[in-house]
Amino acid sequence: MNKTDALIIGAGPTGLFTAHQLKLIGLDCEIVDNLDKIGGQCIELYPDKPIYDIPAVPECTGEELTNNLINQLKPFDIKFHLSERVDEVKKENENWVVKTNNGKTFFTPNIIIAGGVGSFEPRKFPVKECEKFENQSVFYSIKDKKIFEGKTVTIFGGGDSALDWAVELSKSSKVNLIHRRDDFRASQATVDKVHELAKEGKINLYTKYQMSSIKGEEKLESIDIKNDDKEIKTLNSDYVLGFFGLIMQLGPIANWGLNIDKKTIEVDTEKFETNQKGIYAVGDICTYPGKLKLILSGFHEGALAARACFKLARPDEKYRFEFTTSSKTLKDRLGVKSD
Amino acid sequence: MAKINYITHDNLTHTIDVQNGLTVMEGAVQNDIPGIDADCGGGMACATCHVYVNEEWLDKLPAKEDGEEDMLDMAYEPNKFSRLSCQVIVSDELDGLTVNIPEKQV
Repeated sequence: MNKTDALIIGAGPTGLFTAHQLKLIGLDCEIVDNLDKIGGQCIELYPDKPIYDIPAVPECTGEELTNNLINQLKPFDIKFHLSERVDEVKKENENWVVKTNNGKTFFTPNIIIAGGVGSFEPRKFPVKECEKFENQSVFYSIKDKKIFEGKTVTIFGGGDSALDWAVELSKSSKVNLIHRRDDFRASQATVDKVHELAKEGKINLYTKYQMSSIKGEEKLESIDIKNDDKEIKTLNSDYVLGFFGLIMQLGPIANWGLNIDKKTIEVDTEKFETNQKGIYAVGDICTYPGKLKLILSGFHEGALAARACFKLARPDEKYRFEFTTSSKTLKDRLGVKSD
Repeated sequence: MAKINYITHDNLTHTIDVQNGLTVMEGAVQNDIPGIDADCGGGMACATCHVYVNEEWLDKLPAKEDGEEDMLDMAYEPNKFSRLSCQVIVSDELDGLTVNIPEKQV
């Protein structure tokens, strides 16, 4: 059980700056994120795209912004829990008990949801029946490639993951590679390799096809693929892999008893608290009259939510507003010398 | 200004006057047309504003830029009529454009 003054869900820019604000006012905090790295959408969706509307930063990329925020947290000791998705939130007296999908538990009076548009999840096959075989013969990521040895594996996708695995698995499995168009977006070297292996008959390549159905009773037997002209081919397969990138889903947050409007969480504009005492929402995931989905708004919201956390984390103390330019206490926390 | 017809998956047609310069995505989101999520806000980074363009309009739209087709790989059931509505900018020439909104975006 991890005990903390505040648990932040989401390690995007808003979550990171909120952590800064919490530590600055003397609270401790931990951060959970479903991705395997820090930065949220800035890192996952647009690491190289320049952003022009961060105050006092005329231009920076998603990656630079993330790195600067991480640097700003250097004076503080903050525990990150990456590749963990918060699944369950329950009230226990005055505190919240938070559980992740991998069994980590947190005990805290304050939860700050800085979850952007939700958690990133692999995009799945649109064919509904695939759910039945998921994690048995249909996979969206590979944990143990040994299970594919000597089997027939059908891979869908046109990016690096799909092509890298097609090349790798073709060494010891029969591989079908299916993509919805002739062009691949994987790196050119990998695309060349795939075409070479296809010529040698080591990969069966089907372009302009997509999955139309999946068959099998207990066990997966075959799949049908269809092109734009509605021609259908049946491929016998032991395993099916889909690599269609990541999508964002609100996920388990929807079940925590919060007021949700169009995938966003309603908050007040004093504490950025939700309808549940001690649960706050900041950044893109919160909504209130006049809400702007800008990074700068997330910073403001996080700063105010952090102050609201103080009251529940230190009920017997009084929060005192201070400036970093003049306060000795704040400077000590930041590890900088006072004048 | 152009009239854009958005046909939602329940077969309802929503005809909206959209100002020149806005995207087909913005026309939908600002008028609460259901079915276009636009999670990334128009950055061509998420494929949740995917629409199927009416066949007769397909060739009349400005061509796709680099990256749109890559992103469409990630869309829900893309086909040859697929576009990301955040990449289609409204102008007088698009008056009468009809797009079908998919069953879902994710």
